[in-house]
Amino acid sequence: MTATESTTRQAQERTGPRLPRKVGAFLILGALLAVAIAASLLFGARSVSLGTASDALWHFDPNNGDQGVVASRFARTVGAIVVGAALGLAGAGLQGLTRNPLADTGILGLNAGSSMSVVVAIAFLGVSSLAGIMLAAFIGAAVVMTLVYLVASVGREGATPIKLALGGAALAVGVGAMTNAILMVSDSTLDRFRKWQIGSLSSTPIDTFLGAIPMVALGALILLSTARVSNAVAMGDDTATALGFNLGRARLLGSIGVVILAGTATAVAGPIAFVGLMIPHAVRLLVGSDYRWLMPGSLLAGPVLLLAADTVGRVIAPPSEIQVGVMCAMIGGPLFILMMRSGMKSVSL
Amino acid sequence: MSQPAADESGPAPQGAPDKAAVRRNLARRTAVWMALAMVLTIIAYLFWGRDRLPAAEVLQVLGGQKVPGTSFIIMSDRLPRVAVGALAGAGLGISGALFQRWLGNPLASPDVIGVGYGASAAAVLAMITLGYNDWRLNAFALAGGLVVATLIYWLSASGKRTGPRLILAGLAIGAMLQALIQYLLTQAQVNTASDVMHWLTGSLSSSNWHSALVLLISLGAIGVVLLPFVVRQLKMLELGEDSAAALGVNVSRARMLLVIVAVAMGALPIAMTGPLAFVAFLAGPISAALSRGPIHIPLAGLTGAALVVVANFFAANLFAGFALPVGVITGAFGAPFLIWILVRANSTGSGA
Repeated sequence: MTATESTTRQAQERTGPRLPRKVGAFLILGALLAVAIAASLLFGARSVSLGTASDALWHFDPNNGDQGVVASRFARTVGAIVVGAALGLAGAGLQGLTRNPLADTGILGLNAGSSMSVVVAIAFLGVSSLAGIMLAAFIGAAVVMTLVYLVASVGREGATPIKLALGGAALAVGVGAMTNAILMVSDSTLDRFRKWQIGSLSSTPIDTFLGAIPMVALGALILLSTARVSNAVAMGDDTATALGFNLGRARLLGSIGVVILAGTATAVAGPIAFVGLMIPHAVRLLVGSDYRWLMPGSLLAGPVLLLAADTVGRVIAPPSEIQVGVMCAMIGGPLFILMMRSGMKSVSL
Repeated sequence: MSQPAADESGPAPQGAPDKAAVRRNLARRTAVWMALAMVLTIIAYLFWGRDRLPAAEVLQVLGGQKVPGTSFIIMSDRLPRVAVGALAGAGLGISGALFQRWLGNPLASPDVIGVGYGASAAAVLAMITLGYNDWRLNAFALAGGLVVATLIYWLSASGKRTGPRLILAGLAIGAMLQALIQYLLTQAQVNTASDVMHWLTGSLSSSNWHSALVLLISLGAIGVVLLPFVVRQLKMLELGEDSAAALGVNVSRARMLLVIVAVAMGALPIAMTGPLAFVAFLAGPISAALSRGPIHIPLAGLTGAALVVVANFFAANLFAGFALPVGVITGAFGAPFLIWILVRANSTGSGA
């Protein structure tokens, strides 16, 4: 074990900034989160003052319209925090365990799998409870994850990042086609799902988001426990095995964590892509690539991104709004291409 | 040569005439079987569509007589449907096969790398915000496909091997376009949204002779005038761009023409029928597996046509009295094939 720790420390000294800087990075992330929460409560089609917002939180007056606006934004703010934390951490976990810089719950098709099974569960099986919907989302994400990984790991060089991304995209195309087919069965199903399918926080009651918190916490704990393995995996599978890590068990555990996080996020907010891609890369710039710092950092940074995207989407085209899923895709797509262009040389795709 | 299709592999190289001849033979035999299966399916579909028609009446109609009701169903619904389906499938199949061969990767079909989404997004935009429902939809789909293809190509151009970059750029663009389509859907009235959704699934239900004719003329013109030239140049490009240049090919022009032809053959059908899931993706690899050779462009077109025609038959007959959109069938039955292709591509090392 001392060998493990000294190697990890070496890796950390090689790649990561010093401890005070990491702590500073966390303080910055915390401050950003506070700002983002405030912005999410204050700004929108109708902006309110800070005083009104604090009144709404502490002495709520149902007759005050402005306070009502704040209260209605409270649900989606909580939602953005829960969903952002889940997606950001899921992305970091996926990237660590698969040693794949392009991994994201959307790109690997997990969100599409969750959506499809949620749609099936609601449209055909009459599931309506949050627990049932989340269970359906887990199953969908787990099936797609298994398929993508199996398909990608066939062949000589194993599951390379590009094979995983392509397999995920191809499966997402197929699963999406089937989801569309199910949605088409009736106009009422379509109407119910078309807002959800895009990834949106706007019309979900706060109880749903609060109900998701225990699952996100569970998934987060599971994934955080794999941080040290991810550090070892970064040095190569052989090295990690030589250091005494049981990679198969760690990957299984990590996958369960990812499936729980991605499934929960999709169940409550619909499929939102690219958050899991962007967040770990951004956080890596701040705290380095030690997963024991990177994972908690992603947990903090995910909500910042989602809150910002949701708030901007509300402000950008009043009185209508652009859903958070669209905003994330519009920011994340170009970033993905940028990373691909700069990363092709250094990262062995 | 009565089969120009079989001629595509060109003069056999010295020293291996037998192998090439065998392969040509196999390709020709596959083509004959495929065409036969397609014709049989079409005939079966005339009798057993969504509703069963009395065999005697169908025969009368085919013999040129007018039978009230039956005449209409056959002449104005089933035949144009099959015609549009076959043409669309052929276009999609050729488009997919061109991309797959050019990029040397079975996964690099237009529906995976975002070109199909480009055409879809442009068409959805035209339908929802501009209310177009005629030839302008075609123009939009074509323009959307070309813009996305150009964008992806430009983003991934690097001088070195562009394949993986191009595919990844396509994935990202495709994800953005999907978000755009979903956004447009939420902005539409629920009736329009339902129509668009129907279209997005891929359906032949709005087919008529007019759309069949438009497809026939546009795809036919491209297929006869440009395609043989493109296929010849494709073979040079496959040798590597340096070799192609040494052989006297204007590489950048050849590439541009290839992309334009491939996008047009894929986008024109999409404007008519919506994106039929997996047809572009599957036609090439299936035809290659059946003929046990490399992807053969005309054969891929025939395979695409057969896929859509067969899928249409199942869509009409799977549930009595209720016709599914054909895209549901290609999507549902395409998924296992997709996994098979992924596994095959990965195990031969051509997946990435």
